[in-house]
Amino acid sequence: MAGAQVRRSGSSAAAALRHFSLPALVVLLLVSATLAITFGPAEISPGEAWGVILHHLGLRPESPVSRLRDAIVWELRLPRAVAAMGVGAGLALAGTVMQALTRNPLADPYLLGLSSGAALGAVGFLLAGAALLMPLGAFLGSLAALALALLVAQLLGGATPSRAILTGICIAALASAATSFLIFWTATGDSYREILSWLMGSLGGAVWSDAGLVAASLVLCAPVILAAGRALDAFAFGDAAAASLGVEVTRLRWTLLTATALLTGVMVAVGGAIGFVGLVVPHAVRLAVGTRHRRLLPHAMLVGAIFMLWTDTAARSLFDPRELPVGIITALIGAPVFLFILLRYRRIT
Amino acid sequence: MSGLRVELARVVLGGRTIVREAGFTAPTGAVTGLIGPNGAGKSTLIGAMLGLVPLAAGRVTFEGADLAGMGRRDRARLAAYVAQSATTEDRVSVRDVVGLGRIPFQSAWQADTDEGDAAIVAAALAEAGMSGFADRLYPTLSGGEQQRVQLARALAQTPRLLVLDEPTSHLDIRAQLLVLELLRRRAAGGCTVVLALHDLNLALNHCDHVAVMKDGAVVAEGAPASILTPALLLAVYGVHARVLPGAGGAAPVIAFDRPAAEAGPQYPD
Repeated sequence: MAGAQVRRSGSSAAAALRHFSLPALVVLLLVSATLAITFGPAEISPGEAWGVILHHLGLRPESPVSRLRDAIVWELRLPRAVAAMGVGAGLALAGTVMQALTRNPLADPYLLGLSSGAALGAVGFLLAGAALLMPLGAFLGSLAALALALLVAQLLGGATPSRAILTGICIAALASAATSFLIFWTATGDSYREILSWLMGSLGGAVWSDAGLVAASLVLCAPVILAAGRALDAFAFGDAAAASLGVEVTRLRWTLLTATALLTGVMVAVGGAIGFVGLVVPHAVRLAVGTRHRRLLPHAMLVGAIFMLWTDTAARSLFDPRELPVGIITALIGAPVFLFILLRYRRIT
Repeated sequence: MSGLRVELARVVLGGRTIVREAGFTAPTGAVTGLIGPNGAGKSTLIGAMLGLVPLAAGRVTFEGADLAGMGRRDRARLAAYVAQSATTEDRVSVRDVVGLGRIPFQSAWQADTDEGDAAIVAAALAEAGMSGFADRLYPTLSGGEQQRVQLARALAQTPRLLVLDEPTSHLDIRAQLLVLELLRRRAAGGCTVVLALHDLNLALNHCDHVAVMKDGAVVAEGAPASILTPALLLAVYGVHARVLPGAGGAAPVIAFDRPAAEAGPQYPD
């Protein structure tokens, strides 16, 4: 009796959690963003931060702070926070989709070489003097890396998780060598250091146009990916099983992989090759909400946004006034998680 | 023409002809066994029937409609498929696996909490005898349990055509008989059932109709008792066998004596 009672209250608590987990994450994201904006050498209170935002949205006649502090919020910290949230959401989404489509728990835009390809494309366009087209270069680079990875998998007769990772290492090494060569050959002093820090993954210097680009790519890709939630569940048992459940396997795979390449390209163009977010976040979220993609995808997006916001805030404030590339922090967190996944899924590798 | 009809089906994979001019009929409301030695092309023909493998030539119709050629979603609402084995590393619950069977009927943005779907899933789990496993994680189940969960998933598709590839291969004898009983009940309810089988005694005693494959072609088709004769088993499997009448009304039994010296397929190992 007591057991049944406990179970019922437990399951109703679980039901409540199921219902409110997404709104709770949205609230947490807004609180996180507000707090992130207050972090930094110039002291800004949460109230002031929102005052500035409302003022610039035309909902408040005057800014609550001086012009300088207003600019710190509106021109520096807010666009950077928005870019961080978007990059985190996009990378988490890309990782979740790749893990489902390739049935590979280790799939991640960074580990499979997409980020390196995107970086090569971005640096190539940048050094060719087409800085404005950098996101396009990144997209083309990540698409090329993806196509190469799929081609090699085909030649190997099917992509097992370990084959995919090895192929990814190879592609990443190749793209990195080409990127280093380009930088070595063309870049000088200052730009060298800047490119290097960006390559390690950094959101320093993100402005509104970056934040807008990230947001636009999410608006374009997220609905396509979210709509495929049920179909992605069907991939759990492989392509034939998904096809027998009515999923247009080939068309869906190409649509989703293109969306993934686009997201990765844009995120790399804005934030550099920030690793492991697409690996860590989906796995952590799966532990909490289960494997069904209808729930997993939106949760991963929000958790990715929160994760990136805090790691970026840490990156710019831990060693203030020096800034750490955020990719170092995500790698510090991500590499042990990678190991954990390897141990947990021992059988597949 | 009622039931499933396969006519002159040919399947070429990687330049090799796996199925050549194969044809058979699976009558509506009957259990049809597809038998034949390893490598005869049973799984490939099943895949081609369901549009999972391209058909190089020939036709597959179900109740007069072009089954291999129709849209995937329409076909998934009509026909359910259970593969030889289905594994995943995802920590997905048994209930969610069975819920996959509702995908062909759900729209992309429809809410997840459909009570009709939940009832169908629960009924399918009960029919397959897996209700007690609903909250278990699929990868932690034994091969036989996974097979029965996949059967429940196929039942959740509310199919009019049920195609199963070796559905009893991982099952103990009681579970085998329960599954065949379930399929017989489904057939009696109007479902057309086709299953690839290795156990010829199961085929003899539980199928209404059998089709025998060898080297990519269907070489015989008809009532099990008239098809599964010592002469056919020698020609197709290369074994000497006898069909023993069941004593006192029991089911007949095929007894296998020894492999033939020269006839039949050669196995590389």
